[in-house]
Amino acid sequence: MTTTQAPARRQYPWPIEFYRSAVGKKWVMGVTGIVLIGYLIFHTIGNLKIYLGAEEIDSYGEALRDLGGHLVPRTSLLWLMRGGLLVCAVLHIHSAATLTATNWKARSGRYHVRDYAVASYASRSMRATGVIVVFFLLFHLADLTWGVTPAASDVYARGAIYANMIASFERIPVAILYVIANLSLAPHLYHGTWSLFQSLGWNHPRFNQWRRYAAWAVTGFVVIGNLSVPIAVQLGYFD
Amino acid sequence: MDLTLRVWRQAGPDRPGAFEEYRAREISEDASFLEMLDVVNERLTLEGKEPITFDHDCREGICGTCGIMINGKPHGGQKGTATCQLHMRKFGNGDVIVVEPWRAAGFPVLKDLMVNRSAFDRIIEAGGYIGVDVGSAPEANLIPVPKAVSELAMDAAACIGCGACVAACPNNAAQLFTAAKVAHLNLLPQGQPERFARVEAMVDTMERFFGSCTNHGECEAACPKSISIDFIALLNKDYVRAKRINRAMVSRA
Ligand code: FES
Repeated sequence: MTTTQAPARRQYPWPIEFYRSAVGKKWVMGVTGIVLIGYLIFHTIGNLKIYLGAEEIDSYGEALRDLGGHLVPRTSLLWLMRGGLLVCAVLHIHSAATLTATNWKARSGRYHVRDYAVASYASRSMRATGVIVVFFLLFHLADLTWGVTPAASDVYARGAIYANMIASFERIPVAILYVIANLSLAPHLYHGTWSLFQSLGWNHPRFNQWRRYAAWAVTGFVVIGNLSVPIAVQLGYFD
Repeated sequence: MDLTLRVWRQAGPDRPGAFEEYRAREISEDASFLEMLDVVNERLTLEGKEPITFDHDCREGICGTCGIMINGKPHGGQKGTATCQLHMRKFGNGDVIVVEPWRAAGFPVLKDLMVNRSAFDRIIEAGGYIGVDVGSAPEANLIPVPKAVSELAMDAAACIGCGACVAACPNNAAQLFTAAKVAHLNLLPQGQPERFARVEAMVDTMERFFGSCTNHGECEAACPKSISIDFIALLNKDYVRAKRINRAMVSRA
């Protein structure tokens, strides 16, 4: 007979038990997802400052480094936020990876013919788009944060955000890369934003439709906002 | 009508399987999908061949015993319809129909199109019940239930446990089944005493057999009772609360 008896398992303290469960991991993915989405929105607002000129966006960068003013050591709050983001990213990726392993184990062979009814391109490509975003993130940091060539342009200078962005996006392959990365981010962001409401159990007939609208709004703002910059540079808007 | 069937044949649980082609001739448009298989099986028997094994019982869409993958769609893809209620008029003369069993590690194939769904029984055993006093039947209207609540609980209770949700899910998650079974008790006053113990035990048992939900929504589309994935959100909410509440109860014991 095929076995259907559940194997016995050791008990751990409750936060670990919670994270060990798939529902718990999805909850963690939802919460870290909110933090990362919030970060993306602020990052896009920051990006759009490029349209206000060099002084505006460069002083925005300075304001981030100087967060907290004279009350705290310089850049300390910035590093605190970076630390928080890193923790969220690591948890998000770790839960995604372990859930993927669980799900692959739960499968037994593929259907010879499978015709999906509603699973979207977005929901089925989450893993692929997530991986693309991670690789892009590394390139993006090397390009505009660390200033490591060849990712960064030859004229990279620390703190000169306006000049660095334009110099970087003037390179056609780099501009294309940013466009591709943001287009991969779009479905990830869309399914992620909608899906986190389900994972966190935020569901009510009154606002269920709004969860889709929220996902479209977040995705539209972040992706169009981000895409506009390399495209504007390529079109010579800043010349 | 005349059809060509490509059917998954597998002699036993750990035996290799393969597709076999069969002709289904002179099938009535009014036949159900299972009746069409009956006709094919009768001919196979007369020819001295092994008939196709498939699960079925009530044949009126209420027991949840039937369930096969038809042309890549659980129960054939007609909205809110179990395989036994799917009629051959939905197909065209000369069609090629691919018929497969549910595929999930938690549902091992027993034979041909029949899978072992006792993992669902393990989930129910873990908490899909309420405690009542034995003795004479309690007065039916003693505990008032608001209309909206009883309707919602009834929507969840419509689950017939066929397993189409698991079969449809790209992750082979059993979230919709478990969510429906949890919700139909957790929404009602009679289900409150065991509410958090129930959701924790049922989810933990579910996860030992099945994958995890990534909100594709395929289960809802495949469900012959059109059960909503809103119940999955309720399940998640109750599970998180249960982890907190059950721990508080343990620490007081
Ligand atoms: S045989 Fe009972 S639901 Fe189909």
